[in-house]
Parts: sequence; C-alpha cells; structure tokens
Amino acid sequence: MQNPYLPYPVKIDEIITETEDKNLKTFKFVFINPADEQKFAYRAGQFAELSVTGKGEIPIGIASSPTEKGFVKFTVNKVGLVSSFLHNMKVGDVMGIRGPLGNSYPWDVLEGKNVVIIGGGFAFTTLRSSIIYMLDPVNRPKFRDINVIYGARTPGMLLYRDELAAWERRDDIHMHITVDATTDPDWKYNVGFVPTITEKKAPQADSDTYAIICGPPIMIKFTQPVLDKMGYGHDHIIMSLENRMKCGIGMCGRCNVGKEFVCKDGPVFTLAQLNTMPKEY
Amino acid sequence: MKVISIDKTEWANGIEKTKSIYRLFGPVKENTWHSFMPLGPGEQPDMAYGNSRLSPKFLVHPQTEPMFEYNLDEKQADHHVLKEIPKDVSPKAIIGIRPCDASAFLLVKRNFDTPTYKDPYWLTAYNSLTLIGYACNQPCSTCFCTTAGCGPFHEEGLDAILVDAGDRYLLKALTEKGEAYIQSAGWATSAPSDADQSIEKLKSTAEKAIASHVSTDKLRNQSTTQLYDAPFWEEIAFSCINCGTCTYSCPTCWCFDIQDENHGKCGVRMRNWDSCMYPLFSLHGTGHNPRGAKAHRVRQRFMHKLKYYVDKYDNGIQCVGCGRCIRLCPVNIDIRKVCNQMNSYDPAACVCPV
Amino acid sequence: MSLYIDKIKETAERLLKDGSVDMVIGFRKGSVPMMNEPCFIQKPQEVHQLVWDSNCGINLANYLTDRKEKIAVVAKGCDSRNIVNHIVENKIKREKLVIIGVPCTGMIDKRKIAGMFDKPIDAVTEDGDIILVTSAGKETRLNKTDVLQENCALCIHRNPVIYDELVGDLIEEQTGIDRYAEVRRVEAMSPQEKWQYFEDLLSPCIRCYACRNACPLCYCPTCFVDESRPQWVGKSQDPIDTRTFHFLRAYHCAGRCTDCGACERACPVGIKVRQFTSKLNRDCLEMFGWEAGLTLDQRPPLDTYKPNDPNDFIK
Repeated sequence: MQNPYLPYPVKIDEIITETEDKNLKTFKFVFINPADEQKFAYRAGQFAELSVTGKGEIPIGIASSPTEKGFVKFTVNKVGLVSSFLHNMKVGDVMGIRGPLGNSYPWDVLEGKNVVIIGGGFAFTTLRSSIIYMLDPVNRPKFRDINVIYGARTPGMLLYRDELAAWERRDDIHMHITVDATTDPDWKYNVGFVPTITEKKAPQADSDTYAIICGPPIMIKFTQPVLDKMGYGHDHIIMSLENRMKCGIGMCGRCNVGKEFVCKDGPVFTLAQLNTMPKEY
Repeated sequence: MKVISIDKTEWANGIEKTKSIYRLFGPVKENTWHSFMPLGPGEQPDMAYGNSRLSPKFLVHPQTEPMFEYNLDEKQADHHVLKEIPKDVSPKAIIGIRPCDASAFLLVKRNFDTPTYKDPYWLTAYNSLTLIGYACNQPCSTCFCTTAGCGPFHEEGLDAILVDAGDRYLLKALTEKGEAYIQSAGWATSAPSDADQSIEKLKSTAEKAIASHVSTDKLRNQSTTQLYDAPFWEEIAFSCINCGTCTYSCPTCWCFDIQDENHGKCGVRMRNWDSCMYPLFSLHGTGHNPRGAKAHRVRQRFMHKLKYYVDKYDNGIQCVGCGRCIRLCPVNIDIRKVCNQMNSYDPAACVCPV
Repeated sequence: MSLYIDKIKETAERLLKDGSVDMVIGFRKGSVPMMNEPCFIQKPQEVHQLVWDSNCGINLANYLTDRKEKIAVVAKGCDSRNIVNHIVENKIKREKLVIIGVPCTGMIDKRKIAGMFDKPIDAVTEDGDIILVTSAGKETRLNKTDVLQENCALCIHRNPVIYDELVGDLIEEQTGIDRYAEVRRVEAMSPQEKWQYFEDLLSPCIRCYACRNACPLCYCPTCFVDESRPQWVGKSQDPIDTRTFHFLRAYHCAGRCTDCGACERACPVGIKVRQFTSKLNRDCLEMFGWEAGLTLDQRPPLDTYKPNDPNDFIK
C-alpha cells in the first residue's frame, strides 16, 4: 500500500524574497530521488503539503508550471509555525513535499476558451503556474484570448515582478497590472483596486469566456458583483478556496465546506458550486 | 452460515486457546465501567457488560499513532527524511464487540478507504482484526441503533456473532475470518436445528426493547444550505462547552491532527485524534476561523454526521446509535433530539426570529 | 424544591416581561436521568421549561461571559462565587446581570449512584432529602446526603454570596466539615507514592478538555495547551503532557477555584480533578486566609502583591 502521507524528500535549490515586506519567499525545490519528479506529475491549480521535518506540514499552491522541468516552486507567506521556520531555512536544506493534491483548474473545460485571470496579493501563485502553462508554446494554441488582471497594495508587493514585466511585452497575453496606490513616479501600469480594473479591462462575458479568481476575501467580495454585472455566469467563474488542512487527502476532517473537502474535492470550485455550499471558508 | 453451540463452561477454555494465534482484546471491568483491554494469558473478557464506556475505535485508530520517524542531525545519513514505522500486522481479535461498534468501522472505512487514497494505518489495523461480536440482549435506554442503520443483533461488519442464550452461547460465523477464529478456539458443537429460531426470538425481543428512535428519512432531501442556516443551531449549541467528549467517545468520529514531536535530534510525525469542537481545528494561519463560534462547531458536528455524510456516501447517517455521546455529554446535548429536529425541519414553516 | 421551581419561573417571567433582562439562563429538564441542560429563555411564555433539582451541577457562571444581552442567571452558592470572580476579573459587569439566587442543598453524584446499581438507571426523582432511583423496574430510596457530589458534601457556602432575587429562605451553612481530609491524605504520601498516585489518577485521561471547558475560570482565549508558538505541551497521549496539562491548569486556578465541582462532573472518564484544585484551595486558605469568590472588594491573592505575603517557601 502506498503511503499517501509520506513526502518526497527534496532539497532547497533557491530562495527568492518576492515582496518588499519580505513576508513572501519563493522556494525552488529539487527532488533528491530524481524518479520522484515523475511521480509528482501535477496540473496548474493543485497544491502540495510542504513538509518541514520536525515542524510539520503546510498546504501551499504549486507556483511552478507542469511545463517547467527539473524543479518545483512554491511561494510561501510567513504566517504560522511552519512557514516562519521555512522562511529561515537555507539553500541546500532537506525537507519534503507531499502531493500533488487537490483538483486543479478545469483545463479540459478551459481548452479552446478565453481565459480571464484575476488575482490579488499573494494569491497569485497557482495563477502564475497557469499562465506559464498556457504560454508554453505547445499549449498556447489551445487557448484563445488570455487576460490577466493582477493587483497588489503597492508595486513592491507584486509577486514575480520580472515575469510580469516580460508578459507585459508579449502580444499573446493581455496584462492589466495594478496597485492600490503608489508614489513611484515611474509606475507605468494601472492604479486602482482589482474590481475597478476588472470592470474596465476584463472582456465582456460570453459562453466561451471563463474567469479564474484568486485573492483575499475582500477582493473576491467586490469583484464578484462586477463579473455578475458583466454577465459572467456563475459556472464560468472559477475560484480556489483555502481552509486549514492537515492530511490533504480528504481524511482528517477539518477543511470541509459542506460535504466537500477543500483538499480533495477542491480547492477549485466554480461559483455555481459554491452557491450550493455553506459559506464556511 | 452454521451456528455453533458453546456451553458456557467451554467458553473460557476456547478463548484461551485462540491466544496462541490472536492477540485478544475484550471488555474488562474497571471500577464501574468497562473498557476494551488486551487480554493476556488467563484473562477473560467480562461478558456481563452493557457496552464499553469509550468506543473500541482506538484499536484501529489509536488516539496517538506514530506515522514516521526522522532525525534532524545533519551528520546522519538521511537526516530530515521521513521513514515509515513498521506496523503490527499480526492477527488480532476483539471479543465481545457490540454490533454498533463493529458497524461503525464500516462507516469510518468509507473515509479511510477511498478510490483515490488509502489510509495505510487505519486499513492495516482494521484488516488485521477479527471481530467477534456480541449481540445485545438488553440494550440500554440511550441506544437507538435500530433507527440508525444498525441493531442489537446487526451482523454487518462482524466476522462472527455471539448470542447469549442462557446456559450457552450460540456463535454464528459470518465470514471466513470468523470461521477461522472459531476453529482456533476448538468450538465445534453444532447448535440444535432450532438455534436460528432462538436467535431470531432473542433478536426480536432486543429490538423491541430499544425504546428510543431517530427519524432520518428526510435528511437526504433537505437543502444543505437551508439546514445550515436553520434557526435552531444557536439553541442547540447554547449549553455546549466545546469539549471533545462526544467526538472522542464516538465510534464513528475519525478526525485527526498531524504533529511533529521532537526529542533531541530525533522525532516522530504522529497523528492524534482531533475534534471539530475545538476552535483550533479549523483556525487559519491568518487568524480567520470559518468555524469561529461555538454554534458553528456544534453545527459542523451534527451536519457532518447527519447531512454531509448522508449526501457524500448515500449510505445513511454517520452514527450507529450507540448513545455514548448522550450518556457522556457533560451538558446533556442529545443527538436524538438534534437529528429529529434536522429531519423534520421545514424552512417554509419556520418563522425566523430576525 | 418545587417551591424553588415556582419561584424561579415566576421571577424569570417577571424579569422578562418588565424588560429588566433579555434572557434568563437556567436549567431545563435533561433527556437522561440525573442530567439537566443549561438553557436560555428569551420569552416569558417559555419559562415553564425551567427546572431546579439536584441535577443542576453545571456552573452557569460559565455561560455569562462574552455576551451582549442583559442576563438573569439562576445561581446556587458556587455559581454566585464564580460570578463574583468574573466581576472581579472584569469578565462581566455587575449591572448587566440579575442574579436569581438559589440556596442549595447540594447536587447528587450521578456516577456514584450509577455505580450502586448493576443495571442501567431508568429514572431518578427526588422528594426532599430522599432520592428515588428506578433501575430494572425496581425503585430504591437513597438519602441525598449519602449520594452528594463530594464537593457539595464538603461545601460551606451553599447560599449565594451575591444576589438580586432569592427563590427561598437562606439555609443554614454546614459547619464542622473536614474539607481537606483528602488533601492531607495525599500530602502524607512519600514523593514516590504521590507520583504513582497522580499517574494512576490521570491514566484514563483522553484530553478531551471537558474539565477545562466546564470550568468558569478557564476562559483564556487560547489555552496554553493549544498554543503552537511556542508549543508548551505535546498533543499526544504522552503521560508527561497529560500531567503537565492538569498540573498547570490547577495552578492557573489557584486562589480562584470555588470548588464548584464542574470539572469533576464533566469528566467523561471520572478523573478526580478536584484532587489538584483542593490542595491549592487549602493552601490559599492557610497562607492567605482566602476563599475565592466571597467578596467583590478584593482581588485573589495570587493576583496581588503584599509586603507581608507569606514567604516561608523561600528556603
């Protein structure tokens, strides 16, 4: 019997401090046993349990894309016991990764469609994975228009700034980067909250256009009415939930929203699905 | 399957014989209650018992279970790499488990044995067990098994069922595991041809003796969100002190926590029972708690057992009617009452206080 | 008792009707013998649910904190002392509370009674000082004094110490009670015996925290056993962790415990949790002349510093 609780041993290969408040770091891991990389075959939108030996595990969305080989990447916000410890670890340290876990964004449904990605703050990790995945030369023809609306409080709080800039220069993806406010005179992108920018920049709804939203509750709360107004059907709005997790495989009982386990049946749900579930997240 | 007759004077001897093959567990009296304990040489299960105070679930799902071990000493090879801890797969038998508690294992199995993932700890322990059940001739007043998908003579989940027929036991094997156990005990006297009728008669008397009932017929069709928003949760939850007594004594509660515990440079990743009654259970790292209030947690416990489980598996409620939570709750929260309230809830007829 | 019930209902109804309170917290009849359930009543027409008998052992002071409503609470001696504690510790405001005082003759020990019968107990009723137990169709008369919870048998504060309404005449307090015989018995043990005694005492603990959660004193937003940063206590069944929990909890209650017995009553596995708190209660009495919850004018001794505090323990 394969033990679903046993993490693959990994080594920290690189650590990048992402944001000006230094609370977000991206960890690049390589598998100690190369064969494990095959076993860890994942889709954009899935997550994994990062296992810090001696401290515990944390569920984190996978920020790298299945099209990137030889490593996996996670961007971790420093909040609790495990993430704080992880933030102090060094390149070369050994830990574990357990997964991939959860469903993913519905790539079978999204194929041939327009995709609007709406992200806020540090909830951009699996969205990065998705963008890299879609922009891969093999995959790009499978999708129609790609729009990305991504906002943070300040320019320094945006994740993956170099990549954002690179995407800005491309013509096969429409970037709408925004910040709540900035004093930077050189800021050349949008200023305004995500819901406002969404209203201005997102394409009008049609049956071939899907929106993926990830962000803090407040952003979601105000973006959803905007999408409603623009005519997005609730089965065309895709969201990724977070809840406290331990097992990641639907067994330990804590992350449920109604009868669904966020870890196993989710974390990705359509708004139409969420409408039938208690608001317990 | 065939019924064996065991003269009560032959019982202890047979039990003793099986210990050469099986590690045995059975009800043992401690002060005024019974607990399931290992039965060493010469130790016999106390068959004059109603039911154990806590459920025997811990024999499959221990309150603390080491999962992996590791060392944090960077000088050691494989430091920081988790290693599996070998588990005992030798045959074990629980003697005298009540049908409700055995049936509970089947309910819990749906959680631990899924098409996608198999929980190796739970399954290894469960598969190594032979369950020799003990039919309840005299159910207690808080038992409501007959309306909770179970019953005092319920056979599903057992490998054999033992019936107290006065001067003798009647023992019916239900599975090959049960047959094997009976064989190892050397009990071989076929029961008289009317044994089945005797069992039926005792069964029907026992079922009639179950005085308390729940209604579950409408739960499936209730709307999840409407039940969730029902006005009665505040009142049900008022007296709750959010302890873990109901969940820890329940044979069908399985929730757990995973923790690393270090001792010097070595450590163990273990899992411990956890409870939806505890605020920490669902607390996010950010401080946000989707079940931050007592009423939310009480609702979660009952919704899980009586609605979410029902919907997820379409196989009845996540409760076998053993009545332990009713007997042990320090403030008398009664699942029978809550179940009936949920079942009969009519949102249209509800005059909301707000 | 029935006089008490009438008076409780009458008072509750009046307070709700005249708008003096938004809710009355009391007891309603339980669904199993020897259990009543704490409940709240918001409508005058619902006061008939309220009951009072020897099964009202849960400490209702536990239900008063963090509420916005103006509340009337049914309070026996120990409840009232915990209300005093709460007021002193700024957990509740005196003016938001109407205390319906109940002179108490003690609560019966459901575990003790259950242990006296081979068969399950079907019903328990009471008539004055007589407890009538029906088990296996047979009725047995017990003297209430023989089946009291231990803390009630030893109680010398049966009358509420603070109240706005009283449901019956104050009763005579028990005198000449040896309250700390058990404490002395344990103190007389050798360290090894004591250690073994505590280990045996705590071995059935399942760490459900019913004792802590039933206790009105245990209102910390995050209990030390639940803290993860730093994690003071392991979460497993390791006896060291179980012991740490019980010992530290007891010390946290030192000088605040009213010996209401809620902890012991709530414990699903019958641990005599009071063995710890009683010792600290006795120490507070001997060293500081202090009993918790008797006065609004003084803070508990371990909460305050006085130059003449006893310091004999410094050797």
